[in-house]
Amino acid sequence: MARLSAPGLAFAVAGLALLTAPFMTLAANRIVAGDDIAAWAVAPLPETLPGLICIVLGLAMGLSAALPWLRLGGAAIGLAGAALLLAVGAPALLAEAGPYARVSPAAGFWGLLAVFLLLLADALAQLAPGPRARAALLAAGLALLGALLWSGALSDLSVAQEFFGRAAAFWRATLRHLALAFGSLGAAALIGFPLGLLCHRKAALRAGLLPVLSFLQTIPSLAMFGLMIPLLSWIAASLPAARAIGLSGIGFAPAFIALVLYSLLPVVGNTVAGLQSVPAAAREAARGMGMTSWQRLVRVELPLGLPILLAGLRIVLVQNIGLAVIAGLIGGGGYGSFVFQGLNQTATDLILLGALPTVLLAMVAAIVMDILVELAARRRSAA
Amino acid sequence: MIGAAARAVFAGLLLTFVLAPGIFAPLLAPLAPETGPVIYERASLLSLSLSHLGLVLAASVAATAVAVTLAILVTRPFGAAFRPLARSVANLGQTFPPVAVLALAVPMMGFGAGPTLLALFLYGLLPIFENAMTGLTALPPATLEAARGIGMTPRQRLLRVELPLALPVILAGVRLSVVIALGTATIGSTVAARTLGEVIIAGLLTSNTAFVVQGGLVVGLFAVLLHDALIQLERRLSGPRRGEG
Repeated sequence: MARLSAPGLAFAVAGLALLTAPFMTLAANRIVAGDDIAAWAVAPLPETLPGLICIVLGLAMGLSAALPWLRLGGAAIGLAGAALLLAVGAPALLAEAGPYARVSPAAGFWGLLAVFLLLLADALAQLAPGPRARAALLAAGLALLGALLWSGALSDLSVAQEFFGRAAAFWRATLRHLALAFGSLGAAALIGFPLGLLCHRKAALRAGLLPVLSFLQTIPSLAMFGLMIPLLSWIAASLPAARAIGLSGIGFAPAFIALVLYSLLPVVGNTVAGLQSVPAAAREAARGMGMTSWQRLVRVELPLGLPILLAGLRIVLVQNIGLAVIAGLIGGGGYGSFVFQGLNQTATDLILLGALPTVLLAMVAAIVMDILVELAARRRSAA
Repeated sequence: MIGAAARAVFAGLLLTFVLAPGIFAPLLAPLAPETGPVIYERASLLSLSLSHLGLVLAASVAATAVAVTLAILVTRPFGAAFRPLARSVANLGQTFPPVAVLALAVPMMGFGAGPTLLALFLYGLLPIFENAMTGLTALPPATLEAARGIGMTPRQRLLRVELPLALPVILAGVRLSVVIALGTATIGSTVAARTLGEVIIAGLLTSNTAFVVQGGLVVGLFAVLLHDALIQLERRLSGPRRGEG
């Protein structure tokens, strides 16, 4: 018999236990608490059986220690099974319920989702695919997720209903969230790279600036966003030019500036660390070839320091995607507006509508940036 | 790390703000609405601070205990099968925004201190776990060999050699986790936990900037001073050992 994978065994035990937990909830309307429904009862048994079989099969395929590809396949089949159960369960449950009824995934679904994602992560850690293979897997995963959402198979779920009720607002929030996260990243890079370069050259500036930036980083986000409001109102009130470009105490501007301030430490710190990681020999050789200081920077120091520079941008991007949620509290828009509206109305689906895309966005950004960092590091060691 | 003078000024400012906020009323008055209150009085800043720090302390102690235990388990031979998984979970798990963790804890636990405590605990686990795992796996092989050579049992090696050597790295993880917890606890007031965020949120809801500044300054000063204290603790613990080597 093949060797058993210890994590695989843990996943199988947890997965089977979760299969007995409530898989979906059916509520008569948006407000009342729902009834829990077990995975095999969400629809007539012939309809739920394929999904149940996929889940058990996926857990079983995860057991082998020696066959990582089989485990990867198991994770995919298990995820498909869980999605299938949702897809057959939602219309079946709604058909028997009133017009305002809502179905949503319950603890059993979320638990199984977590178990299969962990199995996926474990199989991938075992396979250790290169950056290009990881990019392909990510693209495939996102394409499948997109197709699943696009197909309408999950449209009966209450989160999807919440989305259809405010599709325009959702896309506006998406654009705003991306503008906050990527815009502040761009601004931080524009300010931070030159600052990092100066810090690298002048030790006195480095000793003075880095502690200030690390000080900014420790300030809790809500305090930072809040303190931007009086500061920007004051600037807008005293500078007509600032008012003319739409600067004001609430909304996009204070959120954006708070995010830029948070981003400066990782960008400046990693620029300094990246430039310092350039071997002295490479620098000497470049000088010996008669390169000017600008040529040395562009042709030698930047390419060699690139992996560490990019690692700084990864920290910033992931951090800002998460922090941009706080913008929802100061009228800055983004997914945070759904999260905090949902918290105010105790509407779980609305919270999910804001939180799930944020989590997905942050994870995809982290995976993509990790791939870029690795590609840059490979080029560096090949050069 | 901040200088001694700055530390004294910050600490003095914080104490005055928490114990006698009325002193700052003339300074904050221009920020408050014409007829509105200047100083937050629905709850004393002292009680909010204590409740805020209590949440952070409880969550951080629990997270440290669980994370260090887990890190010890996966760095032993019998836990090695879980190590690659642990690494990727620690790496990707930290991309989960703390606010999302907080918001997602509400459907599970309802409003109040519960979801905040859970979010602080869950989010606090990963930085400590990651650092403890790094600290316990990046020990100098010569030292471990020596410990084995003088006949120490695995248990003795763990308690007398590995954990003490990894301590500074573990503490760096605790510091990271505490700073994040302090910030997340602030947002916890949106789910009805009693924290200093209450003052900021009240200010945002009533357009009373004076409240926002009070809450923001107090919580910001706490974060900076706590961060500084933990850095000093790390230096003190790792300082003498460097001299021995």
